[in-house]
Formats: sequence, C-alpha cells, structure tokens
Amino acid sequence: MSNLGIFSARLLPQEELFVQGHRACQGCGPAIVLRQVAKALGPNTIVVNATGCMEIIVSPYPYNSWRLPWIHTAFENTAATASGVEAAIAILKKKGRFYTDRERIKVLAIAGDGGTADIGLQALSGALERGHDFIYMCYDNEAYMNTGVQRSSATPFGASTTTSPAGSASSGQFSQKKPLAEIAVAHHIPYVATASPSYPFDLIEKFKKAREIVGPSFMHVFAPCPTGWRCGSETSVKLGRLAVETGIFPLYEVVDGKWRMTVDTGDLLPISKYDEVRDIRGYLKMQGRFRHLTDDLIDQIQKQTIMTYKAILARCRE
Amino acid sequence: MSHQAVSEKRIGLEVSLAVAEAVKLADVDAIAAYPITPQTHIVETLSEIVANGELNAAYIPVESEHSALSACLGTIAAGARTFTATSSQGLALMHEMLFIASGLRMPVIMAVANRSLSAPLSIWGDHSDVMANRDVGWVQLFVENGQEALDITLSAFRIGEDKRVLLPVMVNLDGFTLSHVVESLIIPDESKVRRFLPPFEPLFRLDPLNPIMIGAIGIPEIYTEARKALDETLTASRIVVDETFAAFKNIFGREYHCIETYRSNDAETILITMGALSGTARLAIDELRSQGESVGLVRIRLWRPFPFDDIRAALGKAKVVVVFDRAISPGGPGGPVASEIRNALYSLEPRPKIVNFVGGLGGRDVRAKEFIEMIRTAKSKADAIDPLLYTMVGVRE
Repeated sequence: MSNLGIFSARLLPQEELFVQGHRACQGCGPAIVLRQVAKALGPNTIVVNATGCMEIIVSPYPYNSWRLPWIHTAFENTAATASGVEAAIAILKKKGRFYTDRERIKVLAIAGDGGTADIGLQALSGALERGHDFIYMCYDNEAYMNTGVQRSSATPFGASTTTSPAGSASSGQFSQKKPLAEIAVAHHIPYVATASPSYPFDLIEKFKKAREIVGPSFMHVFAPCPTGWRCGSETSVKLGRLAVETGIFPLYEVVDGKWRMTVDTGDLLPISKYDEVRDIRGYLKMQGRFRHLTDDLIDQIQKQTIMTYKAILARCRE
Repeated sequence: MSHQAVSEKRIGLEVSLAVAEAVKLADVDAIAAYPITPQTHIVETLSEIVANGELNAAYIPVESEHSALSACLGTIAAGARTFTATSSQGLALMHEMLFIASGLRMPVIMAVANRSLSAPLSIWGDHSDVMANRDVGWVQLFVENGQEALDITLSAFRIGEDKRVLLPVMVNLDGFTLSHVVESLIIPDESKVRRFLPPFEPLFRLDPLNPIMIGAIGIPEIYTEARKALDETLTASRIVVDETFAAFKNIFGREYHCIETYRSNDAETILITMGALSGTARLAIDELRSQGESVGLVRIRLWRPFPFDDIRAALGKAKVVVVFDRAISPGGPGGPVASEIRNALYSLEPRPKIVNFVGGLGGRDVRAKEFIEMIRTAKSKADAIDPLLYTMVGVRE
C-alpha cells in the first residue's frame, strides 16, 4: 500500500460534494465525517445509504444535500444494495452498455452503528465475503440516535441510553462494545481501518487508500453525537480526540491482514509511545450519558479500555 | 402456428428451466438470488447458464432473500435488467423490500414458485405466499403451464420496463405441480425475442455524471400523493399488459389475456381458478358439460392490477360463481380471490351468488371429481350458503 501523500488543509479539494443546508443537529459528528469522506473519494462515487440519521438529514424531499448519486432502500440491507450497484456497473461496463467511458466508479455504503453492528451485520458479512469492490463505512455514534438514543451493540459499557437507562437497578449499557473492525478483519478483506473526523488527514488518507483497493474495504468511523451523548455541540471534535488519546477508539488500519497504528498521539501519552493511555475520566465527564457512573465503574471501564487497547497494540506489533 | 413449429424449437423441458430460458432470452444483466424450495431449479439453472458463458450477467449469490431483492434494487438502479426468484418464506422475508421496489418504481422481474407458509413447515404448493403480498404494488400474474411460464416471464420484462409502468412484476407459478414438471415447449426464436423485447433503458440511473437521489424521505405533504400515484400507475399498467399480450401474439403467435374463459359464455355456473389447478378444473367442466350441465371456467391470469371489468363481463350473466382459493385469510372472509370477486360483482344488479371453496393447501391434491363436487354443491346450495362463509375442500374434521 503506497503512502498517498502528506496532506495539509490547503491541499484538500475546495469542491464540496456533501453540502450545507442539511438537517443535522448542531455539532453533528457524522455530518463532519460525510464532508471529509466526500472530499477524500471525489465525484466518481455512488453513495448507498442505510436508513438512519445521515439518510434523513440529507433527503427530506425535495431537498438533497449530496452532489453525488445517492440511493437509500432500507435499513438492514445497505451492503446488499451496494453489492447490486457495484455488480451492475461492472457487468454493464463489460457488456458495453453503460459506464464504459467513466473512470473507476467507487460505491460507498454508509450506515450507522445500529445499521452495521445489529440489523445490517448479516448483509455486511455477505457482501464482504463475496468480495464486492466497494467501501463500507460505519459512522459510529454509539446508539440509535435517529429513533431517539436507544442502545445498540456498539454502545459502550456504562452509557445511559433510552433503552439502557441508568437507574437504581441499572448502571446503563450492560455489555461491551461489539468489535466491528475486528469482525471485518475476520473476513480477510484487503482493507479495514478505523478513523475519526477529529483526525481529518488520517481519515482522508484512509478513504483514499480504500478507494484504490480492488475489493471490499471496511471503515469504522467514530462519530460523536452531542444530542445522544448529552454533551455540548462544540465538544464533538474534542471528544473525538480524547477518544483516541484515551485508547477508547484507537486509530489503526489493517492492510491485507497486517495491523498498524496510524495516529501517534506522541507527547499526549503519559509514558512511552502507545504503551499507556490517558485517564478516561476527562472523556467520560464531558458526557451526560456517563454522568451516573460511580468511581468503581469508571475504574472498571478504565481497566477494560486499557485491556482492549493493548490487545490491538499487540496485533500492530506482531 | 404450423410455420412456427418449424422455425422454433419444441423440446421437453422442466418448467423451472423454461423460466430460466426466458431469463436467458431476455439477456438479463443481473440476477441476485437465494436458494429456497421449490424455486431452486430456476436459479440453479441460471447460475449454470452464467457459469457456462451462455448468459453474460452478474450472478450475485446473496446470503438471504431480503438481500436478494435489496441487491436487485441496486442493480436496477444502475440500469441493469434484473431478475430474481423465490418462494414462500423467502417471499415473506422479502416483504419489506417488495414495497420499496414498487415505491421506488424499480422493474425487478421475479418468478415465485408458489408454496405454503410455515407453521407447520411445508415445502409444498399453495398461494399463501403471494396472497400475503397482495398489496405490495407489483404487477402480479399467475401462469398455468410451462409454455405460459416461459412466455409470461418474457412478457413481464416488457410490461415492467415500459416507461408508463416502471413497476416490478411477479410471475407466479405453482410450486412442484408446475415448477417441477416436464412439458413440451416451444423455445422462442432469439431474433423474435429481440423484436419483442428492446434493451432496458431506465429513465434514471445512478451515474456520477448526472447525480440523482433515489429513495428520499416522503414527508406527510408528499407521501399521500406518492401512494396515490403508485395505485394509479399500477391500475393503468393494465393497458400495457394488453398491449404486450397483443405484441406477443403478433410476434410469437400465442395468445394471452388478463383472464381466460373456457365454455363460460352461456354458463349458468362459473368456476374461478388461478394457476396450475385450472387444467384439472377444465376436466371437471368438460365432464359436467358432457352431462348437459351449463358450467364454465374463468381463469384469472392478471391478479394485479385486478381486471375488474373483464370479471364483470365474464361473470355478470352467471347465476352462481364458484371461487376456488388456494389460500385463506384466517379470521376473514375465506379466500382472497373470493373477496375480490365479491368486490367486483357487488355493484351488479342482479348479481350472481358467490360460493367460496378453499383447498389445495400445502400441496394437498385437488382432483377433477372434487371440482365437480364443488360445482354441484354450489349449484344446489347457493341460496342456503352464507356468502361470508367458505368451505374447506377435503378437510378431515
């Protein structure tokens, strides 16, 4: 995999393919993701969108926030519909019917964490296994935000949602976050990466790589949601950075099975590079969804975070 | 007809393979399908045809029927002529996507080898699967024999892809009793098929040079109009069905209509059927006619849009109409076909008595003598039978 170059803000394309005027909440993390991804992939892209926040905010008829061709069919089937689009382009090109004079078109499937980790996991697994030439992006805001902040299998342990509420008999989400990127890696696809809009150059480089890949890529993108996380709308980017610095959401890529950390948080790490991470308290304290956590639970989350982070680190050092 | 028998091949072929042959003749670009009995022979044959290079198409072996139709919406949105096939539980799993296919005006063509629905689990034939999907906004046709399965599948592409229609089309063929039988068939000549079926040219397609949005949200100010437009389009597709059948007759010589009548013009009692059991029903009509009874048969080929006018014209003069259903609406008025017939005839004055029989469920055989019995019971007890009651044929009480 070639290093696609060094970016600076000046070098990013001026053209906006995901445009303003959409109906996302203030400080919406996923909307920032879409803007960056659109810049990375460019105009020769077709978007297949699952039902969810990023579907409804762009398409209240007759309005449209995309300058890319875009299709939405249902919630759990985005990878399947994307399979169809990709296969049709290939066969119509081969038969000389259409798309013959087009440069390589890339199909981008977009779904939230519910549409990916829960209801869409089967269709995703099928499409990855069949090896379609497409990018699947999960923007992970860690709950069903579109329907009103219900827990998904990607909601982190301890987070209070409307279906994992904190209460006298509950400390919020009872299970650990489903390891989406690792599930994708287990399909032995050519490219898997995690990304965050708080690290735009890292994100853009990864999507440019995914665009070059022939075959499936899976992109797991951290996407803070002020509405669902009960945090200030100005804190989305900050929370994205803290998630990386605390080891809660490490940024890495897996190219043909080879793992690599891509973001060196350097001096921010208290001990040596990668080996330790920041205390998670600062990250948790900024969010209302974690407000109920006791010190014991926070310690438990801290230990779990370090364990998960070190497991990924170990794979990157193999 | 004789000159065609010379220029076109007549061969013995399993009906599922005949459907696959129609798909091949249509030069389909994309197929996405998932195996389910009794539809499997159709997609097995298609994947073989694609693997052998006889058909240049993308074959997407998806992981479920839900994904099959979802992938088909992707292929057709990119402008590929698209086919899939399913049965029973598979159609049920597709249910959500069936509405989306018609709502997005995606002319996917689908063969359904009709089968009962679980529970109890049954792989055998009836019409429960399609009747549970009556209101999905698709053009729905029922075929009786192998030649018709081939011809109607071919016609389905022309109907669905017509710019006045742009709706998905479902071709229903009875599981096993039709899908798995070998029949003598005429394979249409490819050059004639080219004349009959032009290449698919979508109105819109996903293309970066001309970005469009497919599948937007219908806010309350829009949704009602969208549903009304769908109903009007589906109703108006009747014209295209008739035109397609006329073109089919011109090019291939075989004649199809939205309903088929058999010895029913002057009949006092008319039996109504759909699908492969109609052949057995005709034996019953012949037997009763030979005994001097005034009976006839009407077979419904076009289920959606429902041919109300044809039904009124064909049944209006009858005294008793006997409706045979291969599905039941539990807790409702019996069979779904009978409901439709009551709807069609209620405004007539005088109107025939309608007697509903439900049978042939889960592969239970219905023989000619049972049709004779149904007709006789209906004739003798039409006045006594509560029109909202149905009789289950051959059930052990």
